[in-house]
Amino acid sequence: MSGEVVILGEVRRGRIHPVTYELLAWGKGLSEKLKTKLSALILGYNLKGLEEVIHYGADKVYYFEHPRLDIFNPEVYAEVLTPFIEEMKPDIVLAGATTTGRTIMPYLAGKLKAGLTADCTSLDIEEDTGLLLQTRPAIGGNVLATIKTPNSKPQMATVRPRGRKPLEKDPKRGGEIEIIKPDINFNSRIEMLDFKPREEEVSLVDAEVVISGGKGLKDSRNISLLFEISKLLGSSAVGASRAVVDIGWIGYSHQIGLSGKTVNPKVYIAVGISGAIQHLAGMMNSESIIAINKDSEAPIFQVADLGIVGDALDILPILKKKLEERKR
Amino acid sequence: MNIYVLVKQVPATDKVKIDEATGTMKREEVEAVINPLDLYAIETALEIKEMYKGDIRITAISMGPLKAEEVLKEAIAMGCDEGILLSDKAFAGADTWATSYTIATLIKRLNHFSLIITGERATDGETGQVGPSLAGQLALPIVTYISKILEINEGYIILERETEEGTEVIKMSLPGVISVTKAIGEPRLPTLKGKIKARNTKIEVFDLERLNVAKEEVGLSGSLTRVVKIFYPKISRVGKKIRSKDPEEAANLIIEFLEERGIL
Repeated sequence: MSGEVVILGEVRRGRIHPVTYELLAWGKGLSEKLKTKLSALILGYNLKGLEEVIHYGADKVYYFEHPRLDIFNPEVYAEVLTPFIEEMKPDIVLAGATTTGRTIMPYLAGKLKAGLTADCTSLDIEEDTGLLLQTRPAIGGNVLATIKTPNSKPQMATVRPRGRKPLEKDPKRGGEIEIIKPDINFNSRIEMLDFKPREEEVSLVDAEVVISGGKGLKDSRNISLLFEISKLLGSSAVGASRAVVDIGWIGYSHQIGLSGKTVNPKVYIAVGISGAIQHLAGMMNSESIIAINKDSEAPIFQVADLGIVGDALDILPILKKKLEERKR
Repeated sequence: MNIYVLVKQVPATDKVKIDEATGTMKREEVEAVINPLDLYAIETALEIKEMYKGDIRITAISMGPLKAEEVLKEAIAMGCDEGILLSDKAFAGADTWATSYTIATLIKRLNHFSLIITGERATDGETGQVGPSLAGQLALPIVTYISKILEINEGYIILERETEEGTEVIKMSLPGVISVTKAIGEPRLPTLKGKIKARNTKIEVFDLERLNVAKEEVGLSGSLTRVVKIFYPKISRVGKKIRSKDPEEAANLIIEFLEERGIL
C-alpha cells in the first residue's frame, strides 16, 4: 500500500481558487492508479465551501485554520506544512504552478529534501514501480522531458494552471473534512504591509477572447490596434509574444507562453506571431485559434482552426471598422 | 552589507542538443550567454547599492563549467564587485535540489550577508526553483516575483511583489532571499570602466575539494530527480488555412468565426 496523493489547494483573497479543483482532477488520476486516497490540504481562515473540495474529488480535506493563514506567507505556510508532510509521508504532493505554488513548493522541497518538478503538463504513474512520471516542456518548449524521483518521497510537482479541466462536480460525493487549528506563534520575517488589487478590466486568464500580437505588427504603435479591437469584443484581453515583450512594446504581464501566462480562451487570435514552441505552450489549449501571418509556413498555422495568410496591418483596421459598425 | 546575486550561463539559442543517454543538455555545443533574466537580478543589486546609505559589496555567484566565468565577468562589467564560480566535474548534471544544496554549502562558507538575489528563472531549465529551494535549505525568508524595491536598511527590505491578483507590499527581515522579474526595470549595460575592471578581476573558483563537500551530495549523484525520457512535442490541430488577397474578406471570415462561437 503506497502513501497518499496530496494536493495543496490554493486560497486567494479568502476564497478557494479554481486551480484547487484542477489539482484534484490531476490527483484523482494518480490516486486511482495507485489505489490510494486523495487528500487536499487547505490553509486559510474563515473559509467557506470546503465541501466543494470533496465534491470535486477529494477523499479527505485537511483544513488548517488560523488568522495568520489568511494570506500567503511562505514562512508561515512552511511552518504548518513541513511537520505535517513529514508525519503524513504522502507519496505525491501536487500544487499549481502559480506565484504561490512556485514559491511554496521549492521552499518546502528544500526543507524536506524532496525531488520537485516544475510546470508539469502531464502526470502519470509508472506501471511496475508506481513512481510518478512528470512530463514538462524544457528549453523554450523545444522538447518535453519526463522526469521521476526514484529514491525519495514525497515526489513533488507543480502543474500548469488551466492545463486541465476539473472533474464534474458531484454534490453527493462523501468525504471527511478535518479541521486543524495549528499553533502559530513565531514571528515571521515576512510581513505583508499592503495589497493593491490589479485594475485590469478582464484578466488574461479569464478572458473569453485573447488577441495577441507579435513582431509581425512591425511597430510598437500598432499594439494599440489590438487594444482597440479587444474593447470591441466584450470579455477580451490583449496578449503578446515574448519577442515583443523583450523589445519593450508591451509589459511583461501580457506575455503568453512558457515564460509567461498560459491561457485557454474560447477564441485565441494570434496576430503576426510565428508560433515558436515557447509561445504555443501558453495558448495551444485554447478552445479555438485564429492565426494571421504573412508567412504561410509559420508554425502557428499548425495549431490554427482558421489560418489567414496575409498582412495583419491590412486586415486589423478593416476588422476594427466592421466591429465598430456592428456596435452601432 | 554583502549581497549575493546568483547568475547562470545558459545556451544562447533555442536549438539545444540533448544527450539522450543522460537527458541533460550538451552545453559545450552551443554559444553560451548570461541568463537574460539574471540581468534583472544584477540590476536590482546595483539599484540597492545606489539607494542604500552605506557600503555594499555585491558578489555574483555562478555554478557551471570554467567557461561560466564569462557571465561573472559580465556581472562585474555591469557593476558587481567580485565573482565566485562553483565548478567541478562532480557538480555537473545537478537538479534544482542539488544545485541549491551546492550553492547553500558555499554560502555557509562565505562571510555574513544580508541579501541573496536571483532572477525569476533561467531560460534553459525554466524552473525558477533554485531561489526558494536555497531559502528553504538555509532557513531564510523568501519573497518571489519582486517588481520593485521600495526601501532597504540594515534590518529589513520593503518590496513590491506581483501576483495574479495584484501587488503586495512586503517587508522582509534581513538576511533573506528575493527573486525579481523583468518588471524591476531595464538592466544597465556594462561600462567601459566596468569591462576593464572585469578583465582585471580574478574569479574565485570553488571546486569539490575547496567547497569541502561529499561527492555523493552534489551533481547528478546528489540529485533527487532524474530525466528518464526526452521527446519532441507533437502539435496537432489542423484547420482551414486561406490565403487572403483581400483584407475585407479576411475580416469577414474572422467575424463569422467569432459569431459561430457566440462571441459576437
